[in-house]
Amino acid sequence: MVPTNYYLILSAVLFGLGVLAFVFKRNIITIFMAIELMLNAVNLAFVAFGQALGKSDGGVFVLFVIVVAAAEAAVGLGIIILTARNRRSLNVERVDLLKL
Amino acid sequence: MSEFLAKYAFLIIPIIKVVILVFAVLTIDAYLTWLERKVIAHIQARWGPHRVGPHGLLQPLADGIKFILKEDPMPSGVDKIGYFLAPFLTLTLAITSLSVIPFGPDIKAFGYVTNFGIADVNVSLLVLFAITALGVYGVALAGWASNNKYSLLGGLRSSAQMISYELALTLSVVGVLLIAGDLSLKHIVEHQDNGSLGLLGWNLFGFAKDGEGFTQIIGFICFFIAAIAETNRVPFDLPEAESELVAGFHTEYASMKFAMFFIGEYTSMIAVSCLATILFFGGWLSPFPASWTLTHYLPSVILIPFGLWVIFDGIRYETIFGRILLPGVGTVLTAMGAALFLSPAANDLIQGPFWFFAKVFVFLFFYIWMRGTLPRFRYDQLMDFGWKILLPVSIANVVLTSAFLLWRMH
Amino acid sequence: MTAPVIIFFVLAALAVLASVSLILQRHPIHSALSLIVVMVALAGLYLLMGAEFVAAVQIIVYGGAVMVLFVFVIMLLNAGDEERTNFSKLATFGGIPLALALGGIIAAAIVRSSGHLPPPAASGAMSSTKQLSMLLFSEFVYPFELTSFLILVAILGAIVLAQREN
Repeated sequence: MVPTNYYLILSAVLFGLGVLAFVFKRNIITIFMAIELMLNAVNLAFVAFGQALGKSDGGVFVLFVIVVAAAEAAVGLGIIILTARNRRSLNVERVDLLKL
Repeated sequence: MSEFLAKYAFLIIPIIKVVILVFAVLTIDAYLTWLERKVIAHIQARWGPHRVGPHGLLQPLADGIKFILKEDPMPSGVDKIGYFLAPFLTLTLAITSLSVIPFGPDIKAFGYVTNFGIADVNVSLLVLFAITALGVYGVALAGWASNNKYSLLGGLRSSAQMISYELALTLSVVGVLLIAGDLSLKHIVEHQDNGSLGLLGWNLFGFAKDGEGFTQIIGFICFFIAAIAETNRVPFDLPEAESELVAGFHTEYASMKFAMFFIGEYTSMIAVSCLATILFFGGWLSPFPASWTLTHYLPSVILIPFGLWVIFDGIRYETIFGRILLPGVGTVLTAMGAALFLSPAANDLIQGPFWFFAKVFVFLFFYIWMRGTLPRFRYDQLMDFGWKILLPVSIANVVLTSAFLLWRMH
Repeated sequence: MTAPVIIFFVLAALAVLASVSLILQRHPIHSALSLIVVMVALAGLYLLMGAEFVAAVQIIVYGGAVMVLFVFVIMLLNAGDEERTNFSKLATFGGIPLALALGGIIAAAIVRSSGHLPPPAASGAMSSTKQLSMLLFSEFVYPFELTSFLILVAILGAIVLAQREN
């Protein structure tokens, strides 16, 4: 059996890489994908803890996180489409002023 | 040596099965193209391929050689990763989806019991849906990576169509899951095994074990229509039709990569037909009740006259090659039939897969028949149908089935 | 080095490599493909832990619907290669140490507290689908109904946002 620690450390590493991508990249869509990566890392931690405790609660929480992430992706991408139409660019540095 | 084999048997046996399956599937795909061309031709009152080999039987071989030898151009400006990945993805996913399908009951040979499929997962239905869900990427990437407006439009249309009908596909199966209570395909088939009623135990008619069944005819109709849309076949093949959008998402693909898309499409057709037989038509179960033991000889009863007919047809064939090949094939078939008739062990082994492949063949014939007969949907009609008609009907099927089962429980 | 540990390391390496590739790729579509690889690797890890239903849902919903949405948006908006501006170079120098520090702190906290975790239970005890669905419809039925409402709101929001202005 794989010790639970291994899964948790992998989850931490993926979360750190997600933060790195969030800070590093300039394209709005890639930054949004970094958020999804962070959510996935957290899901892994949930399932690992659920398995350690022997209950199914971890799986149920993961289902909720996936559903919320899907809803958030839908609305977020809608906002991104609108922003891209208005500013004609996908670079976050062009979106940092309140006025066009 | 034998301890090595015994210790690693769990690895060696699936590898052997995988090799057999891949060879079998690729050959069946090739001859499915032959069958399609012949059947559509006869529907349209002409002969199909009939020059390459007797009755055109070597046409798939000629097509294969053509695909290998043809030039494989790569247009400039394509996105290299996407362009190369898309056909691989389509083909790999299609063949992988066949790994969880049980083709028959467990094999008991040489004291070793093994599953007739490759992998016996207890969520095999979900694995199939997961692979179908990932299949959208092959189409979308192919459309976008070719540096071509028509490909992009065709790819986006096709992937939007696949996603819409995926919902109806998944929901139409929920009725079967409620009846069987299990996600494993093998258990779903075993649940339809109502010993004395044979045909009527299938989920289509719904007289399963312990009376816990409800007719799934609405579910089957929804599933089949959604499956045709998933595999991009007529009447839902607008994105890849020849008179629209050049050739849709595979415009810029030639030779081997196009062959990969082609084989992927036929393999997913086979996978979906296998799924339909398992879920609604009893998989490997015989339509006759178990007490009619004479029906056990049906495989040999079919093979022997067929082999004799092939021999007679071959003896008077036009070309010399046909006069040699066809009687040879016919003799082999007759010998196989006689062997099955005379040896009860082989006959028992062959019962399950025979019925399974017979039903899959009926579905594939139906697919080809529809291609030769029906016109195609316009894109907005297609999307309307998927969302406004098929999805509510699938949900209604779920509600109906669960209401019946609940009433049954009290 | 038993078989599960080897499989864990293979899948973990795949996930980490794909995440690094997400950072290093220039075109957003290649980043999206890397993220899909991460999700499939994570689904493999869930399967290794015995949570088959969660693994299947991860691939069907996350990998087959959410990421398809990302890929569609990237294709529709015709996103090109990323630009490298001065600010992004500054973020590189400041960002890498900080993110590594964050990951390091979390990992150190995990390792330090590893004595307090219960040992991992047997593989089948966790999410047999039946157990999960019993929990979902008895203890967690209120959040379940709320998420269906949330999805409805998200659908309406996405439709309103993406309409053409006329």
